[in-house]
Amino acid sequence: MPKTISEKILADHAGKSEVFPEELIEARIDFALGNDITAPLSISAFRKAGATKVFDPERISLVPDHFVPNKDIASAVQAAMLRDFAREFKLPYYFEVGRMGVEHALLPEQGLVLPGDVVIGADSHTCTYGALGAFATGVGSTDLAAAMITGRVWFKVPRSLKFVYKGKLRPWVGGKDLILYTIGRIGVDGARYRAMEFTGEVIENLRMSDRLSMCNMAIEAGAKVGIIAPDEITEEYVSVRAKRPYKFYSSDPGAEYEAVHEWDLSDIEPVVAMPHSPENVKQVTELPETPIDQVVIGSCTNGRLEDLRIAAEVMRGRKVANGVRCIVVPATQNVYLEAMEEGLIEIFIEAEAAVSTPTCGPCLGGHMGILAPGETAIATTNRNFVGRMGHIDSKVYLSNPAVAAASAVLGRIAHPEEVLS
Amino acid sequence: MKLQGKAWKFGNDVDTDAIIPARYLNTIDPAALASHCMEDADPEFAAKVRPGEIIAAGKNFGCGSSREHAPIAIKAAGVGCVIAHSFARIFYRNAFNMGLPILECPEAADRIETGDMLEVDLDSGSIVNLTRNENYRAQPIPPFMQKLIEAGGLMEYVRAQMSQGQ
Repeated sequence: MPKTISEKILADHAGKSEVFPEELIEARIDFALGNDITAPLSISAFRKAGATKVFDPERISLVPDHFVPNKDIASAVQAAMLRDFAREFKLPYYFEVGRMGVEHALLPEQGLVLPGDVVIGADSHTCTYGALGAFATGVGSTDLAAAMITGRVWFKVPRSLKFVYKGKLRPWVGGKDLILYTIGRIGVDGARYRAMEFTGEVIENLRMSDRLSMCNMAIEAGAKVGIIAPDEITEEYVSVRAKRPYKFYSSDPGAEYEAVHEWDLSDIEPVVAMPHSPENVKQVTELPETPIDQVVIGSCTNGRLEDLRIAAEVMRGRKVANGVRCIVVPATQNVYLEAMEEGLIEIFIEAEAAVSTPTCGPCLGGHMGILAPGETAIATTNRNFVGRMGHIDSKVYLSNPAVAAASAVLGRIAHPEEVLS
Repeated sequence: MKLQGKAWKFGNDVDTDAIIPARYLNTIDPAALASHCMEDADPEFAAKVRPGEIIAAGKNFGCGSSREHAPIAIKAAGVGCVIAHSFARIFYRNAFNMGLPILECPEAADRIETGDMLEVDLDSGSIVNLTRNENYRAQPIPPFMQKLIEAGGLMEYVRAQMSQGQ
């Protein structure tokens, strides 16, 4: 029977010839991860269960990234729990401050999550790795604790939704715009419990950083995974990084989908999600004049080198507007270093932006850029819920890096062409 | 198991940042998390809620992050169960793993208002609204989830597997 990519990956990991939507299976996992917010609960559950070993130290990564460098004593205690656990169980992929990055930028970059993998992470944006053709999904801390012991996890096989993107994208439109547009069309629960499969000529021509941004936000439509069939672009990205063998899967012709959405996006302009929901989208050209107080460029959604290049192209030789704070957060140490070597960091600093060490900090209102009551930010991050980046009376708009950079320069939400023309 | 308590009504798409804002995630202490439960949706909820009371909400309750701190905060605040039109996937999983009873019931979610007195039978999925003299029927809990509940949660289930393996 013809199957989707998600069903084929799950069947292989469950040791079955095929699986069916809604079926409950127990699957072997290739990789598991947790961070300084979620892993402390996992470690506590792991110890309470009386476990004395992990299923495979090479297949577990702990990444302190949310509240590090430690923002306060309580956060320092949580980060220490990860450090101690990693030492005790000899986990080679524990990433200390100075070597770390935002987890969902770091693990693909390090070749630790790969095409054909089943990956679980105690972080909802684990779905990012679908861009590599992996079945990757976020779970809670207790699920992670159980998986660290057994190397297995139970799943309900999701139904699949197919998205076909046609046409040729306009300049300044990329993966972030595609996913915001999609969430705007189907809503924040439009793919609840489903696998979102992204296909079509637009995806075939989309570079890896944009694919990662897209799959990253599948959870914002409620999806279990967002997945893209691997191709030459995937091969080029993973072949130089992979720490293990990997396998390409693709959907069979005639595979069953709960729904197929086909859209020609040749005419869309960059998309912005307005407060307080990622589904509340407009094209940037349709927005009323919207002054801003802060800009954040970074995160697991848009903190990669390609994102910083786009932002730097818009900001080169210009200044951040008076009254605006612009915070640029390279997502990993490697991104930071390469951005420095390319002169991007210099462009940001000369533009009077603040450049931070890698951290999730501002995205979730942790630290490194909290909003006061009444303030408005535009961010390349993934959530704009009430109070997400600070006070409950602050507002967050979500956009791609070009729009965020243009907005920093003009002090209001702007199309990059307003800056460059 | 039967519960009786007053309802607290919330809307659609209540996200995990509303249930327990990320700024409080520098602790895993249930009581500390409970003191900020639902803070960004209703700043006074944590102070006002009484043990055994029930949260009723619209569609997609618990959307957003994977933080298990969300069901932990709700459970530690003394909430007896959550009834919603629907739940976000990770929250649904986490609630079972944490032993927080949740029921999916669109009709109940539409009809219940804050202050209604409810009687909930978790085994049968029957919900009685004593204030409005109405009965609702929730989706039955899937058999695999019942197995987890019978084992006492996911970690107990894993512990049983570990002892079998020894």
